[in-house]
Amino acid sequence: MDSKDKICEDTWIKSSSSHESCEPPGNQPLTSFDSLQQKWEGSSSLDYGTTFDEQFSYFNQPSETQSSLARKVIDQNQISGQHDNQMSEARPLYKIEDWDPRAMLNNLSLLEKKIHQLRDMVHLIVGQREQVMDRPDQLLVHQQQLITADLTSIIVQLISTAGSLLPSDNHTVSSSSAISPHVQFGGVTNPTGVFPNFGIPNINNVNKVNLSNQTDLTSYHGAEQNCSVEDHELKSEDDVDESENLPPGSYEILQLEKEEILAPHTHFCTICGKGFKRDANLRMHMRGHGDEYKTPAALAKPNKESSSESILIKRYSCPYVGCKRNKDHKKFQPLKTILCVKNHYKRTHCDKTYTCSRCNAKKFSVLADLKTHEKHCGRDKWLCSCGTTFSRKDKLFGHIALFQGHTPAIPSDGSSDRGQSSEATKVGQMDFDFESRAPSESAFQNAMDIKVSGDDPTSFSQLNFDTSSVSRFHEFPRPPFEDAGGSFSFLLSGACGYLPKNGRYSNPNDME
Amino acid sequence: MKKQKSMTEPIFNRFDLLSDEIVFLILDFLNDDPLDKKSFSLVCKSFHAIESRHRKILKPLRSEHLAKVLIRFPFISYLDLSLCPRITDSSLGVISGNLVEIDLSNATDLKDLAAASIAEAKNLEKLWLVRCKSITDIGIGCIAVGCRKLKLLSLKWCFGVGDLGVGLIAVKCKEIRSLDLSYLPITNKCLLQVLELQHLEDLVLEGCFGIDDDSLTALKQGCTSLETLDMSSCQNVSHVGLSSLTSAAGCLRHLSLSYGSRVDLALADSLQKLSLLQSIKLDGSQVTCSGLKAIGNWCASLTELSLSKCSGVTDEGLSSLVTKRVDLRKLDVTCCRTITCASVAHITNSCTSLTSLRMESCTTVSAEAFVLIGQRCQFLEELDLTENNIDDEGLKSISRCSQLASLKLGICPNITDKGLIHIGICCSKLKELDLYRSAGITDLSILAIARGCTVIETINIAYCKNITDRSLVSLSKCSKLNTLESRGCPLITSFGLSAVAMGCKQLTKLDIKNCQNIDDTGMIPLAHFSQNLRQINLSYTSVTDVGLLSLASVSCLQIMTVLHLEGLTPSGLAAALLACGGLTKVKLQASFKALLPPTIIEHLESRGCVFQWRDKVFQTDRLRSKILETTVGRGGMKQFHDMV
Repeated sequence: MDSKDKICEDTWIKSSSSHESCEPPGNQPLTSFDSLQQKWEGSSSLDYGTTFDEQFSYFNQPSETQSSLARKVIDQNQISGQHDNQMSEARPLYKIEDWDPRAMLNNLSLLEKKIHQLRDMVHLIVGQREQVMDRPDQLLVHQQQLITADLTSIIVQLISTAGSLLPSDNHTVSSSSAISPHVQFGGVTNPTGVFPNFGIPNINNVNKVNLSNQTDLTSYHGAEQNCSVEDHELKSEDDVDESENLPPGSYEILQLEKEEILAPHTHFCTICGKGFKRDANLRMHMRGHGDEYKTPAALAKPNKESSSESILIKRYSCPYVGCKRNKDHKKFQPLKTILCVKNHYKRTHCDKTYTCSRCNAKKFSVLADLKTHEKHCGRDKWLCSCGTTFSRKDKLFGHIALFQGHTPAIPSDGSSDRGQSSEATKVGQMDFDFESRAPSESAFQNAMDIKVSGDDPTSFSQLNFDTSSVSRFHEFPRPPFEDAGGSFSFLLSGACGYLPKNGRYSNPNDME
Repeated sequence: MKKQKSMTEPIFNRFDLLSDEIVFLILDFLNDDPLDKKSFSLVCKSFHAIESRHRKILKPLRSEHLAKVLIRFPFISYLDLSLCPRITDSSLGVISGNLVEIDLSNATDLKDLAAASIAEAKNLEKLWLVRCKSITDIGIGCIAVGCRKLKLLSLKWCFGVGDLGVGLIAVKCKEIRSLDLSYLPITNKCLLQVLELQHLEDLVLEGCFGIDDDSLTALKQGCTSLETLDMSSCQNVSHVGLSSLTSAAGCLRHLSLSYGSRVDLALADSLQKLSLLQSIKLDGSQVTCSGLKAIGNWCASLTELSLSKCSGVTDEGLSSLVTKRVDLRKLDVTCCRTITCASVAHITNSCTSLTSLRMESCTTVSAEAFVLIGQRCQFLEELDLTENNIDDEGLKSISRCSQLASLKLGICPNITDKGLIHIGICCSKLKELDLYRSAGITDLSILAIARGCTVIETINIAYCKNITDRSLVSLSKCSKLNTLESRGCPLITSFGLSAVAMGCKQLTKLDIKNCQNIDDTGMIPLAHFSQNLRQINLSYTSVTDVGLLSLASVSCLQIMTVLHLEGLTPSGLAAALLACGGLTKVKLQASFKALLPPTIIEHLESRGCVFQWRDKVFQTDRLRSKILETTVGRGGMKQFHDMV
């Protein structure tokens, strides 16, 4: 790995120096960054990355980028300690290898596949149109845009494939002009149909890679990237959105389809196929594919002018019919950004697949939500006598101020003596994993309790369901309780009624 | 007790004819000695039962048997646990719904669980939680929800309680009349809620640094019921906040701004709207002449003024104030060292109805001023002349104040028996007399005092070197005496102490430090007769193991200072400490720390005893006088007292 990195870096430095054309200022950090990114690609997306490489290295072969990539590959293969002088020798070699019929074949078959997919998509749209005839025109426009975009990309690829047959001098120009629309296209829409197989089987892996890339990028790109907000921050943005009061018609409503929303990536590298969540990340990535991507023009945020041209503000609609965020809803409230759409859709209309490993109770559909929860799970539990828990003390007090008869329950104190703080400790614990725990254990067995508190609650949760403990519960005298409504309040009153006595008499120290 | 016995023995069942109510009425008069009721209850079973039902107030010294005690006295409504060392959460599990008042001050170990137990007392009206440092918002929240009838709540020094807890109290306990929030980390947030309480009359915000002008200026209306407000040491409140507060709380009668911002014209003007203001405390503040003049102009109903330790109090300012406010009843000018006889002349001239005048350490006031006090202010009940230039002429004049209950003449080197005998003859209501270091005093004065002032409760004859056993023997006739300080009286012996012990059954506080002639023979009668003794200082006496151990029979004994006892051995000390079960604070020489078995120290600490280890070298009297001379410059005898 190390040696490979070094080679990559070397390659870059040399190739960029060979190009006297405009280099981005601050070359050195850039290269080091590249190697880092390179490393990420290499390490975690290796399994499928290689296959993509195979497919796509031929894809845009005529371009200089491709050649440099190939050069790199060859470098790696050929290298055996004498890579210093090898570069100069290697250069003419590429000219010969520029045109590879096998690569052409590969590209063509891929294009064919893409055309097939596009056809399927059009089929789908036709089907949808028959189902829902009253869809507004905007959706139609949107779908049209999608298809045209896909078609454009196919055409671009065709041209670039054909371009490999042209003399190499034109390569740089043609490739850059050919690729940039593709990148733009990636920025505007979601090419699910184009690269359906990317990343989906391996979501987690991809996510990880991208996350790390993002952090790298945000620190690097700083000011330019106001779009790169962390996912959990978006939660609040989603909420803020509610208060936004745009008059209807003053904005353009876009609606992504379910598949697009759930796709992990929206931006894909045209060369290696690697997926990205953000265009900026993709642009950063692209620099690894050749010098021409390092130009300020290539690195600059695309579409700046075009986006400013559109006067209409873009707002998004949730595809779920009946949802308040769906544009057909009476009190429709649009979502601000694509990320809002994604988080909203996942939170509201998807299964909660992420379960907190600590409490085994809370489930989330957005990973960032789980992570936020895990930060607080088990800690700072502010508990009311009614069983409601609060993450913040002031919220608990607000709740208590609002309701008659609700009392703050004393949280379990790890440092305090078990025997002394009998009642409250029990209450606190009961709540902590009341969903999965049988009442008998925590309430009536001091000895067990100590064990429980020592152990990880998750490991205990299942154990306590065994029948023996439940039957033992019935042996104990139970005080009558008024409110046996919810199962939880029943547990609480049972525990409270019994335990103060227990605590008082079983503690000889106090009587001394 | 004897009376009761003689009546019950011949006709056994006569008391059965009396209804409980009548016996209750009789019992109501048995208040002088707490042991009287105990004796009554020991007469017979029916007396025991009656006494159990009669008792309303319980102030135990130990909390161990609280559960049983509460069962025996089912009608207890006032439970004072402030004297109990180490009250634990579990000991409060027995609190019942009958209780109306609970004092848990100094129970520093109490946690929220205890607060939850308190919340079970649904009828609770008064609750003191002073210095319950471990109770947090959660516990206070429980109390707020449980005790809806609370009228008085003191949370002084409950550092764990903040805005949320206090805010909930304000939301839930609408009956609150009196609220003490001193030194709480509260901010403006909860103050606005508190000030909205409909019936709030008394609010103490001493040392609440989180409160500033902003919250007070936000106050537009409300708190019309507020009568007493203490904003001492609120450093962040200036006249701006105060003026907005005074315009909202127009009914204020008592206001304390001690250790606050400068008392100038602006601050005094903000008091203008308080037409009902009766008392102002400005202790420790910087005072300007114009400020004092304005207070004199604005506060028409002023009867009490405290300028203790204020800087900037001049003859001009004070004179102009007192000439306007002739109704002043109480005046405190402690440590106002720039005022002279002229001020006193003005005070005595205009404020003839003064009942309390405190002028400790007004060293620039000349002797003739005190003659004026005696001539013109004959309603004085309290007079503090510590560290003043008063002489026998002044004392003779002051003896005209026949209502005098408290007289402090500490560090008045110019007074002798000649003057003090007049006091003894005329001031029959004197309860407290302080003669600390007034070295001109001999037995003759004390004889006159003991004979004339039979209700005397507190006397301090520390460092009056000429005092002998004769004084103590005469004082033993004063049956109400509860505090005797006779430090550094070398002529006092065990004989005198025995006389006091036998005569003064109420004795609770005894300081015989540096009375080298007192030994074990004095301790044994003390231990036998002074069953109410709570505090004793035995340092530098000739008491040994035996004497100290005998004190164990005093079950009330809580505080003990035992420094430099030559005849004390570690094992004797250990035995005495173990035997005195109720000890809460013991001051010992640091050298004993290593000599006592650590297990014993641990055991005592777990019982609730706090040890203070002192590493002082043996001081001779001459050294002490030297220290006195150097510290007198700072004034305030108390400071010196604490230091020695």
